[in-house]
Amino acid sequence: MTGQPFPVEAGHIMMFARAIGDETPAHQGETALAPPTFMMASAQYDPDHRLRPRQGEEWFGSGSGPGVMPEGGGGLHAEQHFEYHRPVRAGETLYATTVPGRSWEKQGRTGRLLFSERVTEYRDAAGEPVVSARTVAVVPEGPATPKDAR
Amino acid sequence: MSLSADGIKVGETRESVLVEDLKRTRIVQYAGASGDYNPLHTDERFATEVAGYPGVFAHGMLTMGMTGRVLTDWVGTEALLTFGVRFKAQVWPGDTLTATATVESLEDTPAGPVAHFSVRTVNQNGAEVVTGIAAARLEP
Repeated sequence: MTGQPFPVEAGHIMMFARAIGDETPAHQGETALAPPTFMMASAQYDPDHRLRPRQGEEWFGSGSGPGVMPEGGGGLHAEQHFEYHRPVRAGETLYATTVPGRSWEKQGRTGRLLFSERVTEYRDAAGEPVVSARTVAVVPEGPATPKDAR
Repeated sequence: MSLSADGIKVGETRESVLVEDLKRTRIVQYAGASGDYNPLHTDERFATEVAGYPGVFAHGMLTMGMTGRVLTDWVGTEALLTFGVRFKAQVWPGDTLTATATVESLEDTPAGPVAHFSVRTVNQNGAEVVTGIAAARLEP
């Protein structure tokens, strides 16, 4: 199966369920059911995930100084959509493939807003679709500027 | 667990308080579990001095994840067919969030009955932070 492997682990589901405040028994134990938004946690297994500090590489957050706005920074998550083909349980490995989707722009209060989509298909070892995810990000046009310029 | 088509009516709603006085630590907890370590959410100095926000704010996905409970507590996780949201406003430390799900329509599909929901989560001032829709399979 192609795509980035995402081993769905019981401990990871438990941590994620606790973080969203869902301590129902369904999300606990060796065959725990994944909560509906758990697929986002596949970022942990993405070797190129932009929002994870890496040993030996500059991280944009604060250290001795306040940090820096990264290239293309200032973007926000505008929408998130999931389609579930079947439930996901601990113990299986999914394979994630992400492709760019549409992009468009809109006039916002302080200038143009650039929207872009990413579509991720999570498949099982047999290649069957399990969850389809669509992320919409929005970035204000121009260089990232501090929000007091709004 | 799955609801039967007889057990649910159009217009029916469920409300759930998702969090009271959201703590910064909770946002850190979500960052660690999800793998989204954007300092906007956990690094007060970066959020204020570099990004120019009044402080750190919650991941949209933390709010969406919490919002999902109003659906899964009602219809069961296995029954969900779709869940999608739009992030309308930021969620700040100290916020109290309440989610409401409403049955908008019931549909007979070749695969069986399906319920369509609208969902909305508001903060303590009544401002919408998340709005969305979901669909769930019902027992015939």
